[in-house]
Amino acid sequence: MNRRESLRTLAIGAAATSLLLDASCKPGTQKVAEVTPPKEGAPDPSRLPNEIARDKKLSEEMFFTDHEMATITVLVDIIIPKDEKSGSASDAKVPEFIAFIVNDMPEHQTPLRGGLRWLDVQCLNRYNTTFREASSQQQIDMVKMIAYPKKAKPEMAQGVAFFSRMRDLTATGFFTSEMGVKDIGYVGNSPTIWTGVPADVLKSHGFDTVWG
Amino acid sequence: MSDLQIKKTSTLYDAVIVGSGAGGGMAAYVLAHAGLKVLMLEAGPFFDPAKNSAQLKFPWESPRRGASTDTRNFGDFDAAFGGWSLDGEPYTTKNGTDFQWFRSRMLGGRTNHWGRISLRMGPSDFQPKDGLTTAWPITYDDVKPFYDKVDRLIGIFGTVEGLENEPDGIFLPPPPPRLNELYIKKGAKKAGVTTIASRGSILTQALPNNKDRGACFYCGQCNRSCKVYGDFSSSSCLVIPAIKTGNLTVIANAMAREVLTDDKGLATGISYINKDDMQEYQVKGKIVILGASACESARLLLNSKSSAHPGGLANSSGVVGKYLHDSTGSGASGWLPQLMDRKRYNEDGVGAIHIYSPWWLGKKKLDFPRGYHIEYGGGLHMPGYGFMDGIEAKNGLVPGRDGKMKDAGGFGADLKNDYRRFYGASFGMAGRGTAIAREDNYCEIDPEVVDKYGIPVLRFHYKWATEEIKQAKHMQDTFQEIMHEMGAIANQPEGPETMYGLQAPGVIIHEVGTVRMGDDPKKSALNKYSQAHDCNNLFVVDAAPFVQQGDKNATWTILALSMRTAEYILAQRKKLNV
Repeated sequence: MNRRESLRTLAIGAAATSLLLDASCKPGTQKVAEVTPPKEGAPDPSRLPNEIARDKKLSEEMFFTDHEMATITVLVDIIIPKDEKSGSASDAKVPEFIAFIVNDMPEHQTPLRGGLRWLDVQCLNRYNTTFREASSQQQIDMVKMIAYPKKAKPEMAQGVAFFSRMRDLTATGFFTSEMGVKDIGYVGNSPTIWTGVPADVLKSHGFDTVWG
Repeated sequence: MSDLQIKKTSTLYDAVIVGSGAGGGMAAYVLAHAGLKVLMLEAGPFFDPAKNSAQLKFPWESPRRGASTDTRNFGDFDAAFGGWSLDGEPYTTKNGTDFQWFRSRMLGGRTNHWGRISLRMGPSDFQPKDGLTTAWPITYDDVKPFYDKVDRLIGIFGTVEGLENEPDGIFLPPPPPRLNELYIKKGAKKAGVTTIASRGSILTQALPNNKDRGACFYCGQCNRSCKVYGDFSSSSCLVIPAIKTGNLTVIANAMAREVLTDDKGLATGISYINKDDMQEYQVKGKIVILGASACESARLLLNSKSSAHPGGLANSSGVVGKYLHDSTGSGASGWLPQLMDRKRYNEDGVGAIHIYSPWWLGKKKLDFPRGYHIEYGGGLHMPGYGFMDGIEAKNGLVPGRDGKMKDAGGFGADLKNDYRRFYGASFGMAGRGTAIAREDNYCEIDPEVVDKYGIPVLRFHYKWATEEIKQAKHMQDTFQEIMHEMGAIANQPEGPETMYGLQAPGVIIHEVGTVRMGDDPKKSALNKYSQAHDCNNLFVVDAAPFVQQGDKNATWTILALSMRTAEYILAQRKKLNV
């Protein structure tokens, strides 16, 4: 089976048919495939029944309170805001990802719930308001106290640990979303032929050939 | 009233095979193509990569963004059904020792998700002379013709190097390195460490005379298994083709309980539980072949006691379960400031490593026997759960685009930009070394514990020795040297407090040696064709017959030895010996 035929095989049952036409695998006038997309709602054949059931259950539970979710939404957008290239963390549904992941990985639950309360108590003492209801400037001032591990004051250490966890989860949630993958410039996951690092890149890094 | 009974079939198969991984799959392939009527029992469900692979899914198609779960230890898209612990199928350890046992319950077993790194063992691996490790009853020359045939049948890429203990195969062209790997290659060279093209069972070109398998299209996702059969899985390349001969019947979800024997002590078949209806079954074969994985095959033999085999089947020597050994493994990672802000392009490559360092110090006298190889990787990979975790450990170490240093951590547009800057700058390296086969590292039947099917479970006893810890230290020292020569920034190094990053036994998933072969029936369970000394119609074709592994990943040798055993069976049948 040659590469073109194999890609046609691949297309059968694959949802991502738009990926299959690639400059290096030109199909000519031939059709790529007579593709029958999987029926809407048909079980994913790559997953076991117990996995499908577990994911459904996890997606139906909400660990956080409304206040906690609202606070998370403010925080993730401070961590990854909208800029000229892409939207914000909440545009990429990072809060929803975090709500799922704490169900999937319960080890996040207490550090996040406790961290959110820690943050609120800090703000209540400083600004007489919760983090969520504080002014934008107050929120930024508070975040600055916990966003830089090396220069944060020792009494802020718990906040630093909480914020580092939030930063990691936000980065995962954002850069694994469709928007984030596009932003970061990941262009793989589509059929190609790998012949080595492109010539201009080799040159700019001082390598003579694809084998160095 | 219970309706539980043992259902016996009247069909007598020429061979009954337990397990569908590399060993069982190859035996089935050879025997079915030779016209034998073969029955295969697989403890997990039927799995066809063409239908069941998660290939080409994007991270957002997983609610956990590809993170691992209890049922997918290597991530949500990984092909393995199974993992380090299976619900209702425990194993235990003894005297505070540790062993981690990875089991894939599915057609093709662990070959559906493995790294496709396909190395031959060399002449010194079969006949070591270091004084600590034991020689096999066979030589490289005995196995070479079968390695050659496996190369042609399955396909492997690599380069002809002429290295003494790293035998060349019949190679397809290798994929060139990714950019990170070019830096590694250059740094390793300066550090005096050889790197060569990797050797992997992936079709970088279509395989001649094979219309069922497609060529690789470079998505780098071999661990998800390949929908076009562009890489080697036992399911796609051996078992499914064997089924097409009409001579192989596969029973999925069939968990083997024991090997049945007659009064004379010969194997007559297998007793198993069908996981779908939870009923007990017995099937009959003229020959029984175990390919259930090194530890599972040992467990089956030890659980098959009879008056002819009071210590377990094929165990008059008492060696079954002993000499268990997994490769040593220790790793390191770092990142290259030179790769910040790098140009984007599709750098997925293949789903195996692109370059590696075969053991480069030959027979040099060190404080551990033999050696290890190093596997490398890095590139513009698909983001997944944990993407750029811990950026606060990196972004305070290098100047920003404005040339100024800044405080580590942060938030906002500046942080968002840092993620873009650092993407694709990381790399990793992993040593895989020769562990010593020792009598005192073993699995045995736990006298008190059964699994949910009522089958007595394995109890492990495994400790690393000084030599293996010293080898891990040597790995760590080498990694640091290479990273220094690369101009890289190393992440946290591993020191004596973690035994130099030496992974727990079992974690590398190269466990072998539990039903060892040998010429002396008092010191081995199998002869040099993997036929039981005590039971001449019983064979073992997984990694259990290994006497002593090299630093080489086991799969290619399992395939070659299983093919050799299957051809031996065919020859013996002609002579009416089995």
